[in-house]
Amino acid sequence: MATGNPSVFLLTVNGQIEGANFPEYDNLYCKYCFVYGHDWAPTSGLEEGITQITCKGSQSSHRLIWNFPLETTFKSTNPSGWPQLVVSVYGLDVFGNDVVRGYGVTHIPFTPGQHTRTIPMFVPEPTWRLQKFTSWLLGRRPEYTDPKVVAQGEGREVTRVRSQGFVTVSFHIMTKDMKKLGYDTGPSSPLNTPSATSGWSTEEQQYTT
Amino acid sequence: MKDQQSSDEDPGETLKRTLKAQLQRRKKRVLERSSAQGTHVDDYDDDDVEEISTVQQRSEDEGPSEKAADPDGLSRPPTGSLRGLSSRIQHTADSQHLDDFVTRRLEEKRRAARAKVENAQPQEVSPEPASRLQSLRDRDTVTRFDRAVDPERAGRQDVPPTLSTRVKFREVARRASKGVPTAEEAYNFFTFNFEPDPQEETEKISRKRKKQKKASEGGDEEGGEDDDEQEDAEVDEGNQDEHEDQSEEAPLVRDEEGDLFVIEQSSQDFLEVKKAEYIGYRKCIQQESELLFRPSFRTVPTSIKLPENMKPRFLEDEGLYAGERPPVSLTNENILENRILKTEEGKKWFGDDGRIMALPDPIKESSTRPPLFQMEEDVDPALHTVYRKAVKSKYAYLYIAGSADPEGDYQLDVDVSGLIFSHHPLFSREHVLGARLAQLYDQYLTRQHNNLTGHLTDKLNGSRIALRNMLNVHGSQSLTPVMQQRISEYSLEVRNTRQLRDSEQEKDRTLLKNIVKVWKELKAQRDLQKYTNTPFKLYLRRENVDRASDEREYEDEILAEVVELEAESEEDYQRKLAEYKTQLEEWKLWRRKQKSKKKKKKKKKKGQAQDETEEEDEDQEASESEGPVEEGHPKPEPPEKPDFDSIEQQVREKASRIRRKPGEAILIPELSASGNITASELCPRPETARREDVTRRSLFIKILYNDKEVSRTDSRSLNSDFKVHFGQIFNLKIVNCPQSISLQVFEEIGSSCSLLAQVYIPVPEPSVLTGNGTLEEFEFSSNQRVMFDHDGVGSDVPLSFEADGSNKQTLLTSGKLSCCVSWGIGEDDVPLAPPVSQQPGGLHSGLGRLDAVTYIGASGLYDMKKIGEWATQSRLDPNDPKNGSIMQLLKLASSGEVTAPEYFRLEQLQEEFNFVTDEELERSKRFRLLRLRSQEVAEFRNYKCVPALEREVTDKVFQEYERRLKEGEEIDTRDHLDPQRARKAKQHQKIREAVINRFILAKHHFLLSDLVIEEEIPSIGILGLNLFKLAEPKRPLKPQRKERKKVTAQNLSNGDIKLLVNIIRAYDVPVRRPQSGRPGQSSQTAIQGSDWLISQVQVRPFVEVSFQRTVLQTTTAEGPNPCWNEELQLPFSAPNGDYSTASLQSVKDEVFINIFDEVVYETGVTDKDKGKSIHTRVEKHWLGSVKIPFSTIYSQSRIDGTFKVNTPAVLLGYSKERSHGTNGGYDALRSLSEGAFITLFITIEPQLVPGETIREKFDSQEDEHLLQAAERFERDAARVYLDRPCITTVIDLNGKTVFITRYIKPLNPPQELLDAFPENSQEATALVARFVSLIPSLPDRVSFSGTCDLWSTCGEFLTLLAGDEEEHAVLLCNYFLSMGKKAWLIIGTAIPEGPTAYVLTYEQSRYLIWNPSSGQYYGQYDTFCPLQTVGSLVNADNVWLNIQEYTSPMTINFDVSKANLWKPFFSRSFTHPGLSSVQPEQLSYKRADKAAAADLQDSIEKILKEKIMEWRPRHPTRWNRYCTSTLKQFLPKLELSGGQDMAEGHRHELQSLLGDHRISGFPLHLPFSEIGPIIEAVHSTGVHNIQGSNVEFALAVYVHPYPNHVLSVWVYLASLVRT
Repeated sequence: MATGNPSVFLLTVNGQIEGANFPEYDNLYCKYCFVYGHDWAPTSGLEEGITQITCKGSQSSHRLIWNFPLETTFKSTNPSGWPQLVVSVYGLDVFGNDVVRGYGVTHIPFTPGQHTRTIPMFVPEPTWRLQKFTSWLLGRRPEYTDPKVVAQGEGREVTRVRSQGFVTVSFHIMTKDMKKLGYDTGPSSPLNTPSATSGWSTEEQQYTT
Repeated sequence: MKDQQSSDEDPGETLKRTLKAQLQRRKKRVLERSSAQGTHVDDYDDDDVEEISTVQQRSEDEGPSEKAADPDGLSRPPTGSLRGLSSRIQHTADSQHLDDFVTRRLEEKRRAARAKVENAQPQEVSPEPASRLQSLRDRDTVTRFDRAVDPERAGRQDVPPTLSTRVKFREVARRASKGVPTAEEAYNFFTFNFEPDPQEETEKISRKRKKQKKASEGGDEEGGEDDDEQEDAEVDEGNQDEHEDQSEEAPLVRDEEGDLFVIEQSSQDFLEVKKAEYIGYRKCIQQESELLFRPSFRTVPTSIKLPENMKPRFLEDEGLYAGERPPVSLTNENILENRILKTEEGKKWFGDDGRIMALPDPIKESSTRPPLFQMEEDVDPALHTVYRKAVKSKYAYLYIAGSADPEGDYQLDVDVSGLIFSHHPLFSREHVLGARLAQLYDQYLTRQHNNLTGHLTDKLNGSRIALRNMLNVHGSQSLTPVMQQRISEYSLEVRNTRQLRDSEQEKDRTLLKNIVKVWKELKAQRDLQKYTNTPFKLYLRRENVDRASDEREYEDEILAEVVELEAESEEDYQRKLAEYKTQLEEWKLWRRKQKSKKKKKKKKKKGQAQDETEEEDEDQEASESEGPVEEGHPKPEPPEKPDFDSIEQQVREKASRIRRKPGEAILIPELSASGNITASELCPRPETARREDVTRRSLFIKILYNDKEVSRTDSRSLNSDFKVHFGQIFNLKIVNCPQSISLQVFEEIGSSCSLLAQVYIPVPEPSVLTGNGTLEEFEFSSNQRVMFDHDGVGSDVPLSFEADGSNKQTLLTSGKLSCCVSWGIGEDDVPLAPPVSQQPGGLHSGLGRLDAVTYIGASGLYDMKKIGEWATQSRLDPNDPKNGSIMQLLKLASSGEVTAPEYFRLEQLQEEFNFVTDEELERSKRFRLLRLRSQEVAEFRNYKCVPALEREVTDKVFQEYERRLKEGEEIDTRDHLDPQRARKAKQHQKIREAVINRFILAKHHFLLSDLVIEEEIPSIGILGLNLFKLAEPKRPLKPQRKERKKVTAQNLSNGDIKLLVNIIRAYDVPVRRPQSGRPGQSSQTAIQGSDWLISQVQVRPFVEVSFQRTVLQTTTAEGPNPCWNEELQLPFSAPNGDYSTASLQSVKDEVFINIFDEVVYETGVTDKDKGKSIHTRVEKHWLGSVKIPFSTIYSQSRIDGTFKVNTPAVLLGYSKERSHGTNGGYDALRSLSEGAFITLFITIEPQLVPGETIREKFDSQEDEHLLQAAERFERDAARVYLDRPCITTVIDLNGKTVFITRYIKPLNPPQELLDAFPENSQEATALVARFVSLIPSLPDRVSFSGTCDLWSTCGEFLTLLAGDEEEHAVLLCNYFLSMGKKAWLIIGTAIPEGPTAYVLTYEQSRYLIWNPSSGQYYGQYDTFCPLQTVGSLVNADNVWLNIQEYTSPMTINFDVSKANLWKPFFSRSFTHPGLSSVQPEQLSYKRADKAAAADLQDSIEKILKEKIMEWRPRHPTRWNRYCTSTLKQFLPKLELSGGQDMAEGHRHELQSLLGDHRISGFPLHLPFSEIGPIIEAVHSTGVHNIQGSNVEFALAVYVHPYPNHVLSVWVYLASLVRT
């Protein structure tokens, strides 16, 4: 494990899709997947997943809770194409059709440590009103051909979307060997960092000397 | 009980204490448990003791008298605390012993008290609820005492708080009777809980009373001490209350205490009670000092802060830039320094200057937050932002230097004292005169004050005396030139001074006269109007003078003046005389010259006397020339002698005019405003009106700073004397540099106000401060015209004081404003003025640093001179990094070599943003890899995991790429046996790359449908159809293939994709020929007839499917029309594991479906198991194959149909003759086509999404109308006829859209082909078709990553020698057209190609459908014609869409002239615009190269032989040379006949040659492109698989050259088994 000269760095993403806030909808479930660049490869953990269906509680908070764990480790040689978490939320509409309720994406946080992200969600809009009506009627809302579309910038200009709600995801990020490869994602640090620490570290803690 | 404690220092005290110890201990336990503060007690103790001691000390100092005087005040804890604090600070060692003493005593007392209370306790237990006293007074005591909980607190533990009030009262009462309370009593009094008592107030009162009493009797020392004690206790009492507040959290426990005593006594017994530990005060102090550190406020000497032997450096003094420090108060800084010094490495925090290191103030002066933009579109129209052009404020950025730091605000004090009108429209005539008088008087006073006349007189006298002296001294002697000079200077001086004095005197005199005159006028005016308006009164004081002396002086003066004047005039005369003389001399000289000239002329005259006229002329000339000269030199007049009498006369006249007459009294005017003004009632109406008007008016003044109103005075009414007093001072806190300060005078009449005048006030010098600034008067005037109908004279109105109205004056409103502007003074006498040093002086009131842009103006920024000027003006700190760039610039500018740059740099910071230099970027392999990947270069398009480090990138990565790049120039002939081909291939590759690059770009354009799946809006028709479908009867016996869900290729990996091949059946499989064994047998038919059907199985075919070298086979069926209906699953793996659409589309692999005949031979029976088993050998004989490219399957997603099996022309041992069918009807149908057929269904599981074609709209040279029409046509076609392909526009190799008809044009086929069969056009046609089919076919979707269908022209096609079906079809069509046939291009679908193009010809009243790729033709009614649907027809003139009911060629009518069957693109409404063809005029062909073909033939043969041997690694491969040479002879014949009709003779020949061999073999025919496909084809036949000891092989290759390097390759493959 403790190699002097690593050729890859590792990024471990632990966390969970905590829940969502969709004021209008209920009985939702969530799919997630990671999108990453050419230089990235998952080494362990699930890349894709689907949560249970959750209903809103009767309590005052109208949040939908999934608490769906994420646990994936990536290895990479290049920070370009940093993994993104693509989240898409689906649920049943009044006619019982399974329709999409939102797409959202966030980059996995760069810095080691704990992070919470609230991802705003959106859905593609029907191109015109009649279509909107029929899509509602038939339960066939417009969907992205691939949820991963939201992780790329190309071609998005042709779509129109409507914002829908929020999904909250918490991350616990660990990185290994990033610093050794010359990528400093930690907070700006004094110069007297310990020269080499092997193994996992939440690279911030090195500076608490 | 309590009387035991009567004396404090009872030695027997201890004894008693021990007696009570047990009881006490028990209680303590409980308390220890209960009290939350128990643990803190010790700490508190320390403080307490200290506290008490200080109080003690104070009381010692102040003496008892003060206490007596102010007992109340003392009892107030806050004061006590304050004093305690102050005394604490002063606490010194000399009071040490006192402290000790007190401490000891207190201890003792406390002990005693404790004991006593303990005694008292059990008796008086009452469960009193302990509520707390929370009076405000106690709240206030939250000071240091809070922490300091007194001895009580320690004692409290022992004291149950439940002592009843009764006890307390008893005590009080007792004490009162006793007089002096003991310490014990005092203690109890203050420690016990009083709260619950409703009589608390009375209690307090009683306390007070008691104290007073004490104070009165406090005499002896004991008493005094006691008193002190008492006070301490009192002070503590407050604390106690405090403490109770604190212990609020745990009142329960305390309440319980009583209960605990009663109920739970037993449990308490187990508890061990320890004495509270007391730590001595000294020790406490000591401990404290060890732990705590109190930084002092005092400034730390610099020496401590710096390392030893270092002197502080002051960087700023050394000229280095030090920056500004953030503001920190001195005290805090000192504390911080002290604190830091205490730490170990404290010194490192100090800079060289001995101050704490500090970074500059990070707070920006101005907000950098971007402005908020309103995002909403639909704002209420009223709220719409109106955009105006920006107006630049002149002063906006003229900040004063130093105003950045918060202290540096400057203050201007504007003191507006008041104003006086020198003229006002409401002035009456008298006012006018009065004002004039006042003005004159003012002038007079000023003159008097200055006393210029006096000064000048003195000066004159002095000069005169000096002159006289000089003359006296040197008078007799001859004067030196220097002296003369001086004398003349003096006299000049005297003269000037005298003139000045005279004028001054005259002015004085005139002024005086005027004053008198105006006064007279005023009086006259008053008399006239019979009332007075002004209070002016002029007194003329007469000062009598001594007449005699005065006269003498006067005379002296005159005399002196006369003398001087005489001297002057004399001097003047002398000078003039001298001038005259010189002039006279000159004149005389000139005169003489003239005369001599004249004489000469006269002499001339005499000499030339003959010509009279001439002479006369000359004379005339001479006279003429003389004339002007005479005039130019008049004779100078001698100067007149000065008239000395007149001089005296003049002097006297002047003196009488400007001077007081001798003896006349000196008149001193005095103006007083003491006169009475006639009351308004007594005045006539106009005057009353005027006065009323005056009272209505009021004035105020606006103060404008930098043209902005900053303040205004109160409005003051106008007095009758037209003076307004304001007396207001305005403090202006200024940030901007003062540019102008002005005051505006406004007059208010009722509610309306008008601007009278504006007064500009100079900005004061920084030295002018509020204290020393003097009031100055500023005149103002207004040219407003005002007229009144009352007595007011108005303004700008002519006014005359003369009776006749002459001498009119026009008076304008004017006045004086007295005010003072000065810099303010701050609280600590700091002038709030900008520093003087920064004032460059002059008119540029450059207070501090100017903003460069404002100073120079933005346009001037290029003007170096101006920048330099500005830099010096604003005194830039050259060391300030902020100014670095400017300084640099200036330095350059001053060096003189810099001119303003000619260019404007857009990205001057680009250098700094560069990641690495370009060279490095080039050099780095890693960057190169990344770059190539992002450019989507084919080799790196999906390169995974670019190494993180440079050194891990191997050169190997680039090898392939670099090789490809290199190949651009040189051609690798390894794969390409034919160099020509290789070049072609390279060319093709290049085009391909260009196209791909273009499409890669195009691929990044997206449409909505690419990203979003959206349901189409169902039209009524579709809805209805769907409804019908619901009603449709279910047909379970006719299952239909259902559409499967499509899978995007991204999530796939190896092994996920399977190719499903469903082999259903075959027709007309060739059947075995009976093995006659006898060579030369000719009567085959006879044998066939007899035992064929009965004895022998015709054929046992099975199908072998090979794909990507995976081979699967079906079971063996029997007969020539086998039915397998088997499904084979072949795994598919994409190249490089890349399952992207683009990658899948470019898979070149083909699916080979081979039909074999399984032949079982019985070999001899071995000896061992005789009769038990029969050894057989199974051989498979290739009968034919179908090739389907994977790309077709991928793009079609399924292939379903009956294919013609590609059978070899000659199949040794097999006959293609049709079996004797029983069903004649079916035969009839098939009669038109020959050969075997196989029915297949091929698909991919899971179904992949085929690659999208690019819908990019390419640029085009076509007419826009045409393009639109084409688009419309195609759209309409697609809407109505979904399954009918219709193409109107195609993309050429340059990526341009071209109309399809442009491709069709008659083109000449190679002449050789036409010459081959000159008489047989049928043959020629077949040959041409064959030629076309021999051009290798390369699907566009393979070559161009399936992005689109590119149509190359025939010329390009022949050059590239590779193309799709369209190219073949177009070429064939064009050839047919040139051969005089009627030909069309069919756009339709065929199997297996899918959408494709065929050629339709009309010959001999029937339509033929040509497959251009195979060169075969089909009749219209051929069942096995691969063309399935006909979408549209194209020829050079038009495009027709099939609008018939059916699409199958068999069922449609090809007559395009019928408009109801074919919809033309160009119709009468949209005529053909005459599109020119894109095809070349004529095709030129290279002649067939036989030599090259022969070379190729040899090399192919060699390679194939090697390959076959390679495929049979475990068996020897023997070649039958004889057979090979025989076969070689057959092949040209086959080529000639086109593979037709050769079988019989050929077979016979062979059989005769190889009688004793069982031979099975076949010729393969391929168009030549590369060697690879040939090898693959050979391999797929499986000939090499024949195993047997005695097998021999024969391989013959023949390459037939056609023109233009089209090559036909024949491979004859045979296996021979010796029988």
